[in-house]
Parts: sequence; structure tokens; C-alpha cells
Amino acid sequence: MSGSLRITRGRIIDPYNDRDEEGDIYVLNGQIVSKLTRSEEKTVETIDATGLVVCPGLVDIHVHLREPGETYKETIASGTRAAAAGGFTTIVCMPNTAPPADNAGTIQYIHDTVRRDAVVNVLPTGCITVGMRGETLAPIGSLKRAGVIAITDDGFCVQNNEIMRRALEYAHMFDLPLLDHCQDYNLTEEAVINEGEWSLRLGLRGWPNAAEDIIVSRNIILSSYSGAHIHLQHITSAYAIDLIKRAKQRGIKITAEATPHHISLTEADLNTYNTNFKMNPPLRTKQDQEALISALMEGTIDCIGTDHAPHTDYEKDKEFDYAPNGIVGLETAFSVSFRSLVEGGHCDLSFLISLLTYKPSKILSIERGTLSPGSAADITLLNPKEDWICKPDTLQSISKNSPWLGQILPGRIMCTIVGGKVIWDGEKILPSSGLV
Amino acid sequence: MKTEDSWRRKDLLTIEDLSLQELEIIFQTASSFKKTLGRTQKKLPSLRGKTIVNLFMEPSTRTRIAFEIAAKRLSADVVSVMGDASSLVKGETLKDTARNVVALNADVLVIRHSAAGSPYYLSRIVDIPVINAGDGSHEHPTQALLDCFTLRERWEGDFSNKKITILGDILFSRVARSNIWALKKLGAKVTLVGPSTLVPESFSCLGVEVSHNLKEALADADAVMLLRIQHERQTSTHFPSLGEYTSMFGLNQARASWLKPGALIMHPGPINRGVEIDSVLADSEHSVILTQVTNGIVCRMAVLLLCSNANITTPSPETI
Repeated sequence: MSGSLRITRGRIIDPYNDRDEEGDIYVLNGQIVSKLTRSEEKTVETIDATGLVVCPGLVDIHVHLREPGETYKETIASGTRAAAAGGFTTIVCMPNTAPPADNAGTIQYIHDTVRRDAVVNVLPTGCITVGMRGETLAPIGSLKRAGVIAITDDGFCVQNNEIMRRALEYAHMFDLPLLDHCQDYNLTEEAVINEGEWSLRLGLRGWPNAAEDIIVSRNIILSSYSGAHIHLQHITSAYAIDLIKRAKQRGIKITAEATPHHISLTEADLNTYNTNFKMNPPLRTKQDQEALISALMEGTIDCIGTDHAPHTDYEKDKEFDYAPNGIVGLETAFSVSFRSLVEGGHCDLSFLISLLTYKPSKILSIERGTLSPGSAADITLLNPKEDWICKPDTLQSISKNSPWLGQILPGRIMCTIVGGKVIWDGEKILPSSGLV
Repeated sequence: MKTEDSWRRKDLLTIEDLSLQELEIIFQTASSFKKTLGRTQKKLPSLRGKTIVNLFMEPSTRTRIAFEIAAKRLSADVVSVMGDASSLVKGETLKDTARNVVALNADVLVIRHSAAGSPYYLSRIVDIPVINAGDGSHEHPTQALLDCFTLRERWEGDFSNKKITILGDILFSRVARSNIWALKKLGAKVTLVGPSTLVPESFSCLGVEVSHNLKEALADADAVMLLRIQHERQTSTHFPSLGEYTSMFGLNQARASWLKPGALIMHPGPINRGVEIDSVLADSEHSVILTQVTNGIVCRMAVLLLCSNANITTPSPETI
């Protein structure tokens, strides 16, 4: 998009460039530039960011867009609008669609739909195994050629260590990272919440930390043998965190993410069997949560990923055992993380922004998440001092399965800019985003 | 009837939520019903004109029949719906089934379900009283009420310094959970015993003793509650075989001698003779298993009456 833009008088926070100062940001032809020429300034459009934080557009490497196949839950159109409303300008979508993205044709379909419907950048991933069944390798080379940036059976975990080993070795040849949902199925049969005090009290089947710890250690071992990069999705267990820390010290190519819900909620929040608190992995104990936050602070856990997982009200409105796992997270991620980490006194705003921008980008070699001159003009303006209420009718997602419904949350996304174009103005998606 | 006036709960979902005072109200109401049991004319007019629906999504004989008889003794009309005969097999959700039951003009909904928390879920959907007749491995409030009512009769209401040992499959037992809450509220000491896979140490967070030594757990117990091994709730093998269970933890006459003299043997049923309990013991003078069944009727009459007539209207300013 041609044209120039000036964002003035904001507090610029660009953690990658170690920048936190008041100033102006300039955009020309969809890119960030250090300044504009006099003739470019004549036609410049100006956004007054007084009192606002201007930071790189947020990046989420763990999103379920549900298209193709489950468009009653979410679509590429609605999911990317939710992303924009949450300040995200780049998202990585998971391949557990219907059909699963285990072939180049489905990836092509996603690319075409993204081009037509998306309002933010969408980077697809492909499956590790055919149908995510964990039995035979998906055509990983063709998936790479079709444009996936990683492979994953997210939602499922490859149980067979031989298949996992070969998948890693094979994907390594294409420089494709592998994202893994770490869960041993034998230990979690019919499990619906964390195994511990609350599973005992509520009479629900428990999901023990050991099921995560065992797969994390399996992955560390296989990564060490193959030299391939494994990214561990939504880590929750204190023991697993310790394993990751030691693996990193030994130089093993392991990265990990934490979700906003695991750093802000615990198993005790399930006391009323509210299915909007049911997810996989489950909410853990206070001790696990403290370990998770410390790990984020010291870098053992690299970044925040939402695991945005839309489900309709009628799917969630069921007996606890029968409701599906997962919650929507794109539109609340910044606020919830801000409340837990910044207001909670664990880090400053700049550090939080790093967890949501260049750090996740680096994991998957995505060239986003900074305000460096020459980079794409993906910019988010937010007001950490303004509260908002999380209401079903104002969420952009088709699904409303959020545990924060009705709550007042701190920190509001005031403007989301993708490639130099304003997509979200703090209240609505702008029609000028060129998409109907 | 002063006690009934102070009952403010329309639903009975858990024992955990009840106060000691509420337990006492239920026991006193059940006691007064028990006096009517010997009469030739057993029916009372208390719930005449009310319709009680038993929605049993999981097999049950004792509990369902006891609820049916309790409702009939109170002159209510009662309809029992079984899971496999309901529209749930046709894909209807529990929510829609419950709303249909309300639309059919039911006054009370009694629910048995394999999913923990289902009665709680229903109580937020329908306005009529919801009575939990057992939800998964969570709670079985009326079973704990009848168990404690039975002990209360025997011990003349005094639970202090009493030790109750619950033996068997605790992990999957809603009966154990409800009894733990009830007995602790009444002031008794509770010990859980059984194989470590079915009686994990973590139960101590509920304020009970956890033991895997049968002799120690039975020593000086004033009552022992036996639980059936619930094959249907175990996804994998939690112990080698029923035979090994019996040899390690089955209650036989030699082991019963470790109990305090005169100690009571209880079982919520159905009993598996020769597995968790020796056949002779089940029929012995120490067994109160059939008394429990009889008391199940009066306790459920009390719950149905109290919840149906719950005084939940906000008092007007003049009466405060």
C-alpha cells in the first residue's frame, strides 16, 4: 500500500531495538522508515498517539482458525479480526482443521482464503503425520513447498517415538521446526482437569503433570540426537520447566511457550465446573503457575502463545466431561498477560511486549515483531491505563468461550496497523481494510 | 415445623456445601418420618399434587427405588426416566432434556449422571429444585445422609471421638466423598484405606487419614464403610485382580476382629459377597446394611420435602 503515515508523540516501546522513549514512527509504502522526505510529508496521514504505547504488532505462534471445515466455530475472516482486535498483526495457524492440513492442497486453500478474507498476516503450519493420527509421515517436503513455516500435530501428540524421531530428522532437512503438544495418552485417558486436590474434590478424572514431563523429556532427547529444533507448546508443569532449563544449558535446540491462561488461572478456578475453564493442558496448581512465570522471566520459556481455540456455546454448554477443551484468547491475551505479569510486579511493559513480539517471531524465523526501519509496518497502539469489559457481543470471534466474560480487564488495544494500514481503531474493524 | 422454616436451599447438590445445622434439620425431619414407617397407612399428604421426575442417566436400583418410594410416601406423583429410554440417545442434550422436563410441569428434578458436576450444571438451567442422586465420582449426598443418619441413630447423635474407616475404591467413589464431608462436619474422625492406586495420599488434603495398612486402619474403628470395586469407572487396571483385592483388603471375620467390639459394618450396596465383604459378615449382627436401605427412604423423604418447600423468598422488611 502506498502512502505515508506518521504516528506522533507516543511512547515507543520496541524491545528488539532496546527502545523505550517518546517519539514518532514513520511509515512509507507499508514499511517503517526512519524519516520522511519533505514531499512525502505533504501528504502524510497523522495518528496522534499521545498517552499511548506504540509497539510492534503482536505475534501469536499458536492459533486455531478452524477453517477449513469448522467455520461455525471460527473462520479465517473472523479469527483474523479477533487477532486485530487483540493487537496481533501476525498469527500462525494450526493444521487441525477438517480436513487436516496434511497436504499441499489444503495449505493452498488456506493461502487462497487468507488472501481473500484475512485482515492480518497468517502463516500456516502443516501436520507431522497423515490425519494427525501419529502413524505415517505427512508429505512434509510438499508442505514446505506449499509454504508452511513449521509442522505440528497440535491437539494430538505423536506417541510413537520412532515416528517422532523420523519426523524430526526429515523436517530438519527442510529447516522446518516441529511444534509439539506434549501429552502422554496412556497417562491421560479420559482426563479432564489437572490431577491434584481439585480433581479429587470435584470427582473429575485427573491429567497428571507426568504426562507432560515425560513427553518433554522425550522431545529433549530426540532433539539432542537429531539436532532438530522442537518448540514445546503451552508448557504448564514445574518439572517440565526444569527439564527445559537444563536442556537449554546444554545447548539443545528447544524453545517453549506459555499461554495467558496458564499464567493467570489455576485449577481452583474450576470449582464451579465452568467449561470455559476446561482446556488441554489443564489449568495447574499455584506452584506450577509460579514456576511458569519465573521461567518466562528468566527466558527458560521463550514467549507467550494464546492457543486461541474457539468452540461454540452449544458445544461448551454441556456436562463438564463432554465439553471440548479450549478457550478463545486472541482478544484478551495482552490484557490478561499485562494483569498477571506487569500489574503482578513480575516485569515491565517492555518485557511483556518482547514476549508477544520479537521473541515468538524468532522461534519460527518470522521477520516481524520489531519497529526497525525497513521492516513491515505492523504496529500496535495500546493504552495500558485504560480498562475495558470483555463482553460476548463485542468479541470479534464467532465463538465466545472465554473465561474472562463479564470481567473488567486492564490495557486496551487502541489501534492495529498491518502493512501501514489501520485495521482496528479500538472499537471496530475498519471497512477500508479492503475486505468485506 | 420450625426447623423446616429455616431451610433455605432449593437444591441438594453436595454435602460439602451444607452446614452442620442443615445436616441436623435433615436428620430431624427424617427422624419424624421414621416414626410413621410402622403405620399401616404410610402415606403422608405433604407433597400431594407435586410431580417429581427421576432422571437416571446411569443404572441404579436402590437409589431410584428409594427416591420413588420416598416421593410416593409423600403423596407426590413420580416419573422415572432412564438414560437409555430418554431422548439423550437421540442426540438431545441434557440441558434440553431438563428444560423439557420443566416444560412438562415437573416440580422437582432428581438426577443421577455419570458426569461429575451435572446436577450443579442443571441447577443453573432450571428453576425447580434439583436433587443430586449421584454424579460421577463427585458426590452422592443422599447416600451420605442415610449413612450418617444410621450412625446417628446407633450412637444417639454423638459423633465425637468416633472413628469411621472407609475401605475400598475411594478414588472413584462419590459415596466416599460425600461421607468424608458429612462425617467431618459431624465431628468424627475419618480414615481411608485400600490399595494405594485407589486411595492416593493426596486425599489427605480433605482432612482425613490415608492408610494402606488394613490392620492399623481397622484398629479401634467404631464403624467401617465398605465400598464396591467399581469396574465401570476404572479405565485401566488399578490392582491385579479381584482375587488379590480380596486377599489383601477384603473384610473377613479375622480382620473384623480388629474393629472395636460392637463396631458397625456398613455398605452402600450393591454388595459383592466374597469380594469386598465375607458373606457371613454381611448377614451378621454387626451389619447395618439393610437398616441403611430403610433409612434411605426417610432421608430422601426429608430432602424432597425440605427442598420442595424451601423458604427462599426474601423476607419482607416488616418481618426482619
